Amino acid sequence: MKIKTPNKIRQSINEIGELSYFAGRFFKEALRPPFEFNEFLRQCYQIGYRSLTLVLVTGFIIGLVLDLQSRPTMIQFGAVSWMPNMVGISIVRELGPVITALVCAGRISSGIGAELGSMRVTEQIDAMEVSGTNPFKYLVVTRVMAAILMLPLLVVVSDAVSLFGSALIENIKGNVSFQLYFNTIFDALSYTDLIPALIKTFFFGFAIGLVGCFKGYYSKKGTAGVGVAANTAVVMTSLLLFVIDFVAVFISNIFFDV
Amino acid sequence: MKDQKNIDVMEKTSDQKEVIIEIKDLYKSFGDHKVLDGFHMKLYKGENLVVMGKSGSGKSVMIKCLVGLMQPDSGYISVLGKEIKNLDRETLDVLRSDIGFLFQGSALYDSMTVRENLEFPMRRHKEKFGNIKDTTPLVMDALESVGLAHTIDLMPEELSGGMQRRIALARTLILKPKIILYDEPTTGLDPITSKEIIELMRNIQIKYGTSSLIITHDVDCARVISDRMILLVDGINYAEGKYRDLIQSNDPKIEAFFKK
Repeated sequence: MKIKTPNKIRQSINEIGELSYFAGRFFKEALRPPFEFNEFLRQCYQIGYRSLTLVLVTGFIIGLVLDLQSRPTMIQFGAVSWMPNMVGISIVRELGPVITALVCAGRISSGIGAELGSMRVTEQIDAMEVSGTNPFKYLVVTRVMAAILMLPLLVVVSDAVSLFGSALIENIKGNVSFQLYFNTIFDALSYTDLIPALIKTFFFGFAIGLVGCFKGYYSKKGTAGVGVAANTAVVMTSLLLFVIDFVAVFISNIFFDV
Repeated sequence: MKDQKNIDVMEKTSDQKEVIIEIKDLYKSFGDHKVLDGFHMKLYKGENLVVMGKSGSGKSVMIKCLVGLMQPDSGYISVLGKEIKNLDRETLDVLRSDIGFLFQGSALYDSMTVRENLEFPMRRHKEKFGNIKDTTPLVMDALESVGLAHTIDLMPEELSGGMQRRIALARTLILKPKIILYDEPTTGLDPITSKEIIELMRNIQIKYGTSSLIITHDVDCARVISDRMILLVDGINYAEGKYRDLIQSNDPKIEAFFKK
């Protein structure tokens, strides 16, 4: 019986190497003019504005569910007055960024993977190349930059509606006013909660844009290749998000002593 | 060269013409599969050269090596006197503005209108047009050349296959190329539309004075458009000459190309 594992490991290592090279090329091309500003703005609209509804709904439901699930336990331990602190810190530090990033990975990364994959299959990328335009700069740099810029904004919006969702439950079930709830949350939160959480969202955006572009740009021929590009983009991005999250939490624990 | 039967029926005058593209000893393999095995050719100024071969014979690989979309394993490729291998990205992009490429599937940018499709290559080569601000006259001129000026604001999905092929041709013309490379220009089109495209290719060559390299397996296309032909078999130039000479050959491999 053949053991296939070493081959798979080799493939994974190759893929990590290719992704690293792709990332290096992104930085090289991003810093070199000409800059595709109009396409960058169009991608900001596509990635940012068009993900807004999804992020708003998801964020709001997270806030509702987190409060509803935690409330009975907090009552049991007589710690219901700590609800705003617990919810605020959970959402701002971890749940808001990670869940928003995962939702965006599903929408943005797969969308980019499928779009670029389809362009590769139909030779549109080759057509750009032979016309003397740099397709990497036009397609990849603009999308990754837009994802880097838009994801932190989406996370801020998501955090805000999540907190509003939990405040709504507290207002209905615990008769706590919105003002008191938000005052308690802001008292509990500090810059050491906000800044590391916000910094890691830039890396999340980078991972989402980069992996989507990488999978689509090097998509294999055929329509099946487009499907594979979209699918593997989501899987790879999701894995990468958890790795980045772990590293970010680890580093912020060292620097911010939280 | 192994198995090669060069039927050299080129007129002697062609040696005196300016060479636009030259390929020598081109080799390309994918794993153990040899696709190009020492291919060579010359394209002269103002000439229509047809390269015919079966599917998988290496025609598209050759044309992609020619514009730097693919790297050959070895060999010499020179376009307009510049060796492709030695060019940096910047110089290659400038050279590419002199080469039009018509893709088999048209390869129109499906998120852009026809106007944007035609304007797209111009953004990178503004200096070629004296940095003009209004590109509409140039776009209209290219569209009129293919008889589709009325489609300027349509999306590619609103066009038929034949119209898409013509728009793609207009997009190659917008940069006023010296050479046009056609990758299977009539594949997937009905016979009437194919004839229209072939006629269009002829007219464009007359109007713009371009040299053309046409990759095809369409015998009718080759008959009408070719000044000279190369038959590509197993990665080598199996035969070379004018259509009327090749069609009279008794060689079974050559006959196979022209059998209906």
